[in-house]
Amino acid sequence: MIVFWLLSLALVASAVFVITAKKPVYSVVGLLANFAALAIMYLTLSAEFLAVIQIVVYSGAILVLFVFVIALLSSGVAPFMMGPDRLPAAAGGGAIAALIALALVVFGIAQRPVTIVPAAGTALPGPVGTANTFGSVADFGNALFTVYLLPFEITALILMVAVIAVILLAGDTGPSIQQRLRRKREPIVKDPAFDAAMHRGERPSERAS
Amino acid sequence: MTDASLPVALNNYVALSAVLFFIGVAGVIVRRNPLIMLMSIELMWNAANLAFLAFSRAWINNAGHIFVFLVITVAAAEAAIGLAIVVVVFRKAKYVDVDDVELLKG
Repeated sequence: MIVFWLLSLALVASAVFVITAKKPVYSVVGLLANFAALAIMYLTLSAEFLAVIQIVVYSGAILVLFVFVIALLSSGVAPFMMGPDRLPAAAGGGAIAALIALALVVFGIAQRPVTIVPAAGTALPGPVGTANTFGSVADFGNALFTVYLLPFEITALILMVAVIAVILLAGDTGPSIQQRLRRKREPIVKDPAFDAAMHRGERPSERAS
Repeated sequence: MTDASLPVALNNYVALSAVLFFIGVAGVIVRRNPLIMLMSIELMWNAANLAFLAFSRAWINNAGHIFVFLVITVAAAEAAIGLAIVVVVFRKAKYVDVDDVELLKG
């Protein structure tokens, strides 16, 4: 109970920090705190495998990618600069709209509480970390490789498409493969005066002096 | 302890998910730095994941877990492609501001 409120406070505070931070690196740090708190929240929802996945994939892969891109964009001659900041101009209206939206959400949820009764015969989850209960690695893997095999294979296709797209977008800045294949073999030095001098029998060293 | 021994009532999870989602929306609308906009999109993915897991836990049915797995995969692909576009577009720019990108070519 108290864990939920502490975690939700941490989640909202870090999310607000992400969108208000001046520099993208600070936003990455806020996002890291957000993902860590969310992983703990997943543990309280007895989704232990997904909590680990959250840490590994989000904090380990995606955030490192963000840091890497920030470093890449900052590595030019001039320091990495942001454009004009529109945050102060939008803060007033945004705060009012956010409060209205929050009031609507709270009102709507208080109006009709969501009660869900799980289907009869489903086992109640044991404590987090117990083997073969709801949300454990064995339970998740069993579902992933039997009932939900097709979505799992679709994820493989999605990742392959993403890799191809990234290579096409940012992989090569030179001439395209088709141009390089179409181009004929040319002499390494293409200089008419040099060729004429060679034809007259002069030696390259004499001409260069 | 209601709703089959959820830690708190399900409403609280849905409300927290909505709040996190709209913080992400505000980030996309207000900020003009493409990196922070991508991070706000990640916040929105995570809010949706939280709702999926809360409902999955309430129903005691791990279809929601599979869906969260799929969402994490798609989020990783989206972040990779989005960051590649950012790198291509802003490799030569003085500063990064999405309003300056008016042409659909790098």
